[in-house]
Amino acid sequence: MSNEEPVNPEERRENDAKPAPAAPEASEAAPVEQKEEVAPVPVAAMSESAAAAAEAEPAEEPELVRAAYEHPLAIRLTHWVNAISLFVMVTSGLRIFRAFPSFGPKIPEQVLLDIPKAITLGGWLGGALQWHFTFMWFFAGSSIVYFVYQVFSGHYRTMLFTPRDIPGVWPMVRHYFLFGPKPAATGQYNPLQKLAYTSTIGFGMLSLLTGIVLYKPAQFAWLAFVFGGFHLTRLWHFAAMCGFLAFIPGHLLMVALHGWANFYSMLSGWKREPEYQE
Amino acid sequence: MITRLEDKELKRQSRRQLLRLAPVAALGVFAFPKISDRLVMTGVAFSDWASGKLFRGQHLAQTFSNSEVVPFEKFPYNGYDVLDPEVDLEKWTLTVEGDVQHPGEYKLGQIQALAKVEQNTRHVCVEGWDVIGAFGGARVSDFLTLVGANTGARFLEVECADDYYESIDMASALHPQSLFCYEMYGQPLDRKHGAPLRLQMPTKLGYKQAKYLDTIRVTNVLKPGKTGYWEDQGYSWFGGL
Repeated sequence: MSNEEPVNPEERRENDAKPAPAAPEASEAAPVEQKEEVAPVPVAAMSESAAAAAEAEPAEEPELVRAAYEHPLAIRLTHWVNAISLFVMVTSGLRIFRAFPSFGPKIPEQVLLDIPKAITLGGWLGGALQWHFTFMWFFAGSSIVYFVYQVFSGHYRTMLFTPRDIPGVWPMVRHYFLFGPKPAATGQYNPLQKLAYTSTIGFGMLSLLTGIVLYKPAQFAWLAFVFGGFHLTRLWHFAAMCGFLAFIPGHLLMVALHGWANFYSMLSGWKREPEYQE
Repeated sequence: MITRLEDKELKRQSRRQLLRLAPVAALGVFAFPKISDRLVMTGVAFSDWASGKLFRGQHLAQTFSNSEVVPFEKFPYNGYDVLDPEVDLEKWTLTVEGDVQHPGEYKLGQIQALAKVEQNTRHVCVEGWDVIGAFGGARVSDFLTLVGANTGARFLEVECADDYYESIDMASALHPQSLFCYEMYGQPLDRKHGAPLRLQMPTKLGYKQAKYLDTIRVTNVLKPGKTGYWEDQGYSWFGGL
């Protein structure tokens, strides 16, 4: 999959002053590239082939579009498989929860939440379990691919929330919720986005690990122990879903607010005219 | 990382990359109920297969001290139809059929004569609740030895006085904590809990643990659509924990 991320330099037109460095790690090369593109004037200094190309298409340069290949194929694939899987897991999970809507004892049973049938999937407990037991494989498989890809490609650097991002959170919150000024974009994601995306990895891990316990508590007793026993594991599993449910509406709202080019980038990988500079 | 390219080129690249997502669209088949019904059954079958692989025949489920057991009144009665099929306890016998050397009718006394196992284990319901109960009975494996069952066969089928029926994989049946249970909380099994004999298996969900046992059968073949009362309506057949 690693050969997907580059911008296919070999396919790019020769008149580009220089093929863009492909790997995200090579970001220190970006300013150099910019300099060359901003000031392409001294034609005499250019190599022969570049000069020839410039001659062939003399007036094309102002039409170049700024763009960034933001989302490698692995990220896009797993994003959409996970989006579909999460929809199924949450709606079927709520149906399963309806069968015993409590975290307490069976006797006496206290109904904690009456989940409306209309927002659930599966029709009845057995049907919901079928969906849950089918899409758990898609969700787990896709999440593992996503995680492994992030770690080994280094792509995680664009989205991982680190202590360095902490000071930037409040200005973003002020901007989004309190009409504060918009902080300058410094990278693909702002600190609040990084926090949100990094949290979803946490929710995903929590839901998968607790899911394993709920599915096989006898085989994975040690893992149940880690989560404080079978009862608490069920609560954690629910909490992980609540985490996703807290994330998703905000995520969708932001996507809606940021327009087509932003949304389309999660389909095509390419972001047209990104806000950030390098 | 910013690159600059012609508008036409950007559009071309974008389209190419978009097409690479096409495989995800295959998940769209789940939107068609006729297809999705069959696909999710396949998903459950795959999960059952994986569950069978994960199952360890000698790995014991957690057991609990007497102080962790819920009071008897808080152990739920659960039945699919009637709670008391009015079994004639005096005349009751267990019919043993199938791939066994000594088929026939067995009295409760013969089962009680086998080594008695008492265990406090967790009973987990498919609905999501669970209770820790105190159970006593004979190991299924000991009884299968007594009747000369072919334990190389694949399944143990059971039929119940309330017309409930179940089938379990032989590996789970032979698990050391799988019991023919005739006691709860040190008392003979009461009628609503499945008197005189029920399955009790801490490695299985509650619906696998049939009550009011009437007939057991050792077999290599399950009749399609007759693998278990709830399974035939769509629950997972393995139902293992």
